[in-house]
Amino acid sequence: MVTQPQSDGFVVFDHVQKSYDGETLVVKDLNLSIGKGEFLTMLGPSGSGKTTCLMMLAGFETATHGDILLDGRPINTVPPHKRGIGMVFQNYALFPHMTVGENLAFPLEVRGMGKSERETKVKRALDMVKMYDFINRRPAQLSGGQQQRIALARALVFDPSLVLMDEPLGALDKQLREHMQFEIKHLHESLGITVVYVTHDQSEALTMSDRVAVFNDGRIQQLAPPNELYERPDNAFVAQFIGENNKLEGVIEEISGDKAKVRLATGELIAATPVNVTQKGEKTLVSIRPERIEFKPEMMPEGAYMIDAEVLEFIYMGDLFRTRLRVAGHDDFVIKSRNTQGQTMLRPGEKIKIGWAPADARALQP
Amino acid sequence: MSNSDTAPEILRTVDGQPLKEALTRASRSARIRAFLLVLPLLVFVLLTFVVPIGQMLSRSVVDEKFSENMLQLGAWFAENDSLIPDEAAYAALVADLKVASAQRSAGNVGTRINYELPGTRSMFTSAARRADEMAPPFKEAMLAQDPKWARPDLWAAMRSASAAATLNFYQAALDRQIGADGTFEAAPENVQIYVKLFIRTFVLSVVITGLCLLLGFPIAHLLATLPLRYASLLMILVLLPFWTSLLVRTTSWMVLLQGQGVINDLLVWAGIVGDDGRLEMMYNQTGTIIAMTHILLPFMILPLYSVMKTIPPSYARAARSLGATSWTTFRRIYLPQTVSGIGAGGILCFILAVGYYITPALVGGADGTLISNQIAFHMQKSLNWSLAAALAAMLLASVLVLYWAYDRMVGIDNMKLG
Repeated sequence: MVTQPQSDGFVVFDHVQKSYDGETLVVKDLNLSIGKGEFLTMLGPSGSGKTTCLMMLAGFETATHGDILLDGRPINTVPPHKRGIGMVFQNYALFPHMTVGENLAFPLEVRGMGKSERETKVKRALDMVKMYDFINRRPAQLSGGQQQRIALARALVFDPSLVLMDEPLGALDKQLREHMQFEIKHLHESLGITVVYVTHDQSEALTMSDRVAVFNDGRIQQLAPPNELYERPDNAFVAQFIGENNKLEGVIEEISGDKAKVRLATGELIAATPVNVTQKGEKTLVSIRPERIEFKPEMMPEGAYMIDAEVLEFIYMGDLFRTRLRVAGHDDFVIKSRNTQGQTMLRPGEKIKIGWAPADARALQP
Repeated sequence: MSNSDTAPEILRTVDGQPLKEALTRASRSARIRAFLLVLPLLVFVLLTFVVPIGQMLSRSVVDEKFSENMLQLGAWFAENDSLIPDEAAYAALVADLKVASAQRSAGNVGTRINYELPGTRSMFTSAARRADEMAPPFKEAMLAQDPKWARPDLWAAMRSASAAATLNFYQAALDRQIGADGTFEAAPENVQIYVKLFIRTFVLSVVITGLCLLLGFPIAHLLATLPLRYASLLMILVLLPFWTSLLVRTTSWMVLLQGQGVINDLLVWAGIVGDDGRLEMMYNQTGTIIAMTHILLPFMILPLYSVMKTIPPSYARAARSLGATSWTTFRRIYLPQTVSGIGAGGILCFILAVGYYITPALVGGADGTLISNQIAFHMQKSLNWSLAAALAAMLLASVLVLYWAYDRMVGIDNMKLG
């Protein structure tokens, strides 16, 4: 489900810059438009500026330059409590001295809502996350996953149209995390709210989002739906950050339209698709996904360019086999094959030929 | 797993010993070692703290100065209930005074009665000096010596002093005295000092604790939220008074606060007050409050800081994002989470303030002194240690009651001192 960004987005960052010390920019010229009902994820390593963007949107940080618009109205000078934005924090931030019910009633109380209406809304929100039975518990009496649900319910109970989530699943174990990902996604779809989600976990970003904004060094490196991000990364950082990735260094030997030939440092010539390289003789980094590499001659895709490889290590991962190869002088070249009936298990020392479709090899600026 | 159908048995180790015994044996050496490590401190505390304080407190209910020297009179009091002394009573008194004169203890005896009836000590010493010359009938002889010997309140005081154990000192500490009919009554208003002093001590302590809280809360919050670099600098400023002698701090307040002091000079120079209208900030309650608030401030800041340090800023942010104004956030979210720190700092400041001595003695003047100054007076000047002990015991009891009340209301487990 991909919502296309609207020109007049629900949330708009317009040339936003942020500096804490007046010397370095944490966020450098951010332009981003988020559509109503969209699930947008800000993904990036720590220190990339994604959390700062979220905090500016929530109103806990002020933009050094530029405008942030919510529903067409600039909110730079609106204090956080008047923005009406729901927020889920990494450590849940449930008030320890209040019960679950009091926690949920808090945002309604400060809005001056009557008791009966409060109770109805609290019940509805708790039912939504299937936690009504816990209404009289204190946060300390709940498990991490339960606290997470309550935090979610609290951010939704006052019917905000925008909900921000700051690494909300970071403290949960893997299984619970995956379960909660689906639950949040489901809530997003059924309530039609706009969600801005911050995470450094790329699989989480890919699973949940309509679009992902990959942050690095204070800039958005690429803004695209998950499949495009994964299959057609714009630059070396995105290619590397999203999923596993093999890199081969080389020089453009020939380039014409969407086809290029790259001479590797060790002399081999391979076919690739140019992304942001334009000239012959330019240095490039060819990136290929491990699961797009084939080693069985009969399965080789059309037009594949074959290259020699030596098996260094074979790892059995259950659903996958991960094989490390030496290719063109690199001994960190990885291929992944599915554990299907009769799949070949390569042995270290074996000499094989590998290949891939030219469309899967993307020549990027190093 | 054993069969669950069988009746519950005593759990045993593999070789058949009961599990409990095995556990006791296994942990015994560790417990003995732990006890031996604590032993030196235990002995130290017992010898230097529990025993002297216990002794001191026991003085508040026991005074033998009269009872151990006036044995015959004591025997007469034991046999007779009458308030009117007969010839036998005077005979016993004279016999006892003879002995006291020989043992040079008449002064002690007189001191004991003097506690309750001021001005009577000399009656005992001079009567003791003449006791040898006295001949029956002793009543006339004594009254000839000093007609005040017939005073019923004197005999009532002697009767009550003839027993070593007494509550007289507590009664004195509550501004009561022996009346003419031998019962206790309120002392005349011009000598009622202790109850007033207790009330003043508690009121001033509450004021000082409240001021410490008002001043300390923002500082503790700043300490807990500033970046580490600035926070440690601020922390040094908070702790600096701790590292300075109490006496130096108090005397520097005297320099600042006195009539010709820095603050008054500044005010006069700035034209805020006239030279003849210099503020009186010392030798009164104002001086005590200012100086003690300054001295006790760290005791409020440190527990508050340690509690505030553990409150993540995300709580306040969550509250703001949920629509609360900053004031509501403070009142509903932040303040309730600092209660344990407020309780700890408050009780610490209050208990210290209630027993404070040096500062009020130096800057308090007449109406800024506290009960501890009165205790010190009885220890050092009037040498009525029993009364000092009774006052101290009452102070201790009231602090313990406070502690108990705090435990009931907030819970002592919630108290965080650092």
